[in-house]
Amino acid sequence: MTTTPLLPVPHVPPARATRPTLAVWKFASCDGCQLTLLNCEDELMALAGAVRIAYFPEATRAVVDGPYDLSLVEGSVTTPEEVERIGQIRAMSRHLVTIGACATTGGIQALRNFADVAEFRSVVYAHPEYLSTLDRSTPISAHVTVDFELRGCPVDKNQLLEVLAAYLQRRRPRIPTYSVCVECKRRGAVCVTVAHGTPCLGPVTQAGCGALCPAFARGCYGCFGPQDSPNTSALADRLLAAGMAPDEVMRVYRTFNAASEPFRRESERHEGEVSS
Amino acid sequence: MDRHAQVIDVDGLQLLIEVLASRGYTVMGPTVRDGAVVVAPVAGVADLPRGLRDEQDAAHYRLVPRDDDAFFGHAAAVQGAKPVLFPADQLLWRARRSEDGFRLDASDDDDAAPVALLGARSCDLAAVDIHDEVLLRRRFSDAHYAQRRAGTFVVAVTCGDPAGTCFCASTGTGPRPGAGFDLLLTELLEPVHRFLVEVGSVRGAEVLAEVPAAPAGPGDLAAADDVVVRATGRMGRVLETEGLRDVLYAAAESPHWDDVASRCLACTSCTLVCPTCFCTSVEDVADLTGDVAERHRVWDSCFSKDFAYIHGGSLRGETRSRYRQWITHKLAAWQDQFGMLGCVGCGRCITWCPAAIDITAEAAALRAATPLVTTGEGARR
Ligand code: SF4
Ligand code: SF4
Ligand code: SF4
Ligand code: SF4
Repeated sequence: MTTTPLLPVPHVPPARATRPTLAVWKFASCDGCQLTLLNCEDELMALAGAVRIAYFPEATRAVVDGPYDLSLVEGSVTTPEEVERIGQIRAMSRHLVTIGACATTGGIQALRNFADVAEFRSVVYAHPEYLSTLDRSTPISAHVTVDFELRGCPVDKNQLLEVLAAYLQRRRPRIPTYSVCVECKRRGAVCVTVAHGTPCLGPVTQAGCGALCPAFARGCYGCFGPQDSPNTSALADRLLAAGMAPDEVMRVYRTFNAASEPFRRESERHEGEVSS
Repeated sequence: MDRHAQVIDVDGLQLLIEVLASRGYTVMGPTVRDGAVVVAPVAGVADLPRGLRDEQDAAHYRLVPRDDDAFFGHAAAVQGAKPVLFPADQLLWRARRSEDGFRLDASDDDDAAPVALLGARSCDLAAVDIHDEVLLRRRFSDAHYAQRRAGTFVVAVTCGDPAGTCFCASTGTGPRPGAGFDLLLTELLEPVHRFLVEVGSVRGAEVLAEVPAAPAGPGDLAAADDVVVRATGRMGRVLETEGLRDVLYAAAESPHWDDVASRCLACTSCTLVCPTCFCTSVEDVADLTGDVAERHRVWDSCFSKDFAYIHGGSLRGETRSRYRQWITHKLAAWQDQFGMLGCVGCGRCITWCPAAIDITAEAAALRAATPLVTTGEGARR
């Protein structure tokens, strides 16, 4: 399935009197992205005034029946039941936005994609036959059409509010796809790679966090997935030249966005590579 | 040569900073943060990076101790005057919904204190002059820049110890600041720690009058000249500028761009640390209620894909065309556009490129690989 870069057009303007309904759904995930929504303390009242929160079990037990104007979906698809459920949610939602690394690339649980799930199952569970699980963790867009994907592990609060505001105002969300280095330089942080020799995934990672880690003298972990022009192999070459072992290079690309195409390909390139 | 120069000591430097502060300036000078020399507010000499040298090379920066007490014994700071005069995020206006439409908030710029730039280097001043050309002296001037710029007091410093990535001697923009300062300091360490101070403006003379200073003797002047001679001989890099414009234009289809693109991360760092790059994009933001809207101007870069986005897609989808845009603009097209080189030889793009790509090395490689259509004087337009 494809994702469209724009919020859906045509769009029925949400009249102030009838607030659009918002539903928040959870798939295989840690709830961190939903918590980001709850952490919008200063903006929650404005949000509640702008949308009708119709389904959000993390926040309220009250449930309004669908269909919903806007569904936010957290988490990846890892079970046969979830495949079915995401189809139903799509059918009930006028617009569907996925939030977070799990929903947009498969999340950390996509590490299973590189391994044998049957083996995990037999090693970890006393009664593996009770489990019904898929051998791959996949993003929501692998199953249904998604109107917008918001990256991050977790998503950034301001970006989430921007997507919601853009939806309400019928405009394109201002979510840049350039690298973390842009935000790093704009905030005047000292480059950790150049000044400290700390490995940093910032050059291949999409902006969104405001270069949080480099601002605290740590390398970027790649939470927001690949930027729009990710030269993952050139960065890998730099990391190897700086003395990082090949299996470590494989692992830095294999975290929250391990299954995103550019990161997956790069990590596989270093599988079984031996240190020289 | 009679430069009407004066000499102040370390206490004099402290007093100079205090005088500037008492005149209402926010003094922005070199200071150490996160293992590097950055430009930030300084209250006195204690905030300056004393006895430190910056070891700079492609993708490499480390502060190391000097065997003297120099305050300005380092080269270009991480980012120089650019973020001060041309901020990364400039609020252009803020509007609020009102009963009959909207009203604009008063600009916050008006109450911002003027800045005194302390320790600006020759390359920094040359870059500010380029920004003046681009942002002030053309048909439409940039009001925000004009306001900041007009109020700025400049205390420049002669570079005594250039870094491994410096090449201002090649671009003719250093190491001794020639113009664009109110006061110029040259740090002298032997036999006593002192600063030769030269005056560049009436305002500079007024400020210096408040600091106890002695007239410079011939020995002070000779020592200051010697600092320049030694610094010129210690440039870490060289850029051959002769005929460079023609080389780059002739290299438009060079296979070398693929070679650079295989190494370049398209991260934008080079353009954002470059003190002459001036590209921005304008972004509109609105809050959830839609009652408050803001327009911001933020630093942008020709290395980002969306920078060249027009109807239907990006003009520079591939990194090869982005690197070509950057180096060709800096070293060739800038000359046609503004009548000057777009590079002041500060070396920041080399030091801060996480992939160790070096503009002087790439220019040399292109020169070596590119046969010019014609040679000799006639080829140079
Ligand atoms: S610290 Fe990381 S994100 Fe920041 S400029 Fe360096 S490489 Fe880029
Ligand atoms: S191109 Fe590089 S060396 Fe030249 S002014 Fe810009 S940052 Fe400095
Ligand atoms: S090199 Fe690129 S970012 Fe710099 S001024 Fe030219 S087009 Fe703008
Ligand atoms: S040349 Fe270096 S700093 Fe510039 S975009 Fe490429 S990798 Fe980044």
